[in-house]
Amino acid sequence: MNVEALQIFWPFLLFVIMLFIIGIYCISITFNLIRALLGVEILIKAVTLLIIIAGFVSGRTALAQAVVISLIVIEAVAITVAVGIVIGIHSHNNSLDTRKIVDTDK
Amino acid sequence: MNLNIAILIILIMAALWTTMTRSLLRSAIGLAAMSLVLSIIMFRLNSNLAAVFELSVCAGLIPVLFVSTISLTHPLTKQEVMQHMKDRIRRFWYLPFIIVAVGIALSLVTVKLSIKLPPHEIEKNVRTLLWNERPLYLAGQIIVLLIGAFSVVILFKESGKDER
Repeated sequence: MNVEALQIFWPFLLFVIMLFIIGIYCISITFNLIRALLGVEILIKAVTLLIIIAGFVSGRTALAQAVVISLIVIEAVAITVAVGIVIGIHSHNNSLDTRKIVDTDK
Repeated sequence: MNLNIAILIILIMAALWTTMTRSLLRSAIGLAAMSLVLSIIMFRLNSNLAAVFELSVCAGLIPVLFVSTISLTHPLTKQEVMQHMKDRIRRFWYLPFIIVAVGIALSLVTVKLSIKLPPHEIEKNVRTLLWNERPLYLAGQIIVLLIGAFSVVILFKESGKDER
């Protein structure tokens, strides 16, 4: 067991918690769709950092890297699709404000 | 260790700037800066391949996606900008104080983490692990990429039909 690696886990975890708070605050407070996506990105970055530090502490950086690479691919695809949906919403409503979204099917 | 903390503080500041800045374009640039700092942390924690991925995809591709989306949407009028600015300041000025308070509170707490670490094993190469031991990860990535490509095609096909 790498004791020195375990000692740095708590400071990193502290910053991961702070990143989580920033991401959740951004998503819950904003009315702009693009800014909400930026909040999701911040949350994903917090998760990435947590996986990397967990891999470093447990001494399995290869496995952590494999998971992070998969996460990055999924993140890129999810953001691409979300951005397409945002452009679609903007073309229907002419606004990115969540309060002005109108259900056109009704 | 102190250098790690300094880099992490820069990461938090970049995240705060991304969240709080008025311009969406600056927010996208802040996101790229966040990815850059995160990749530096990854390099320092012996995760080189993941750092390269983070640098190329998250600091390169995703901000470009955001910038192109912002350019495809209409900018606000001056009156709307002024109205939004007042509204934003009212909603977002709490955030730095919350973050600083949480940081101070958590740094004062001494937590004894009783983590059971797995038994030590010989470190493997990432490429060997991905290709030989966990090929399902790669299969999953390919499936997700295909789903994403089809979704984008369907989304823009539908919007093209609406325009006609």
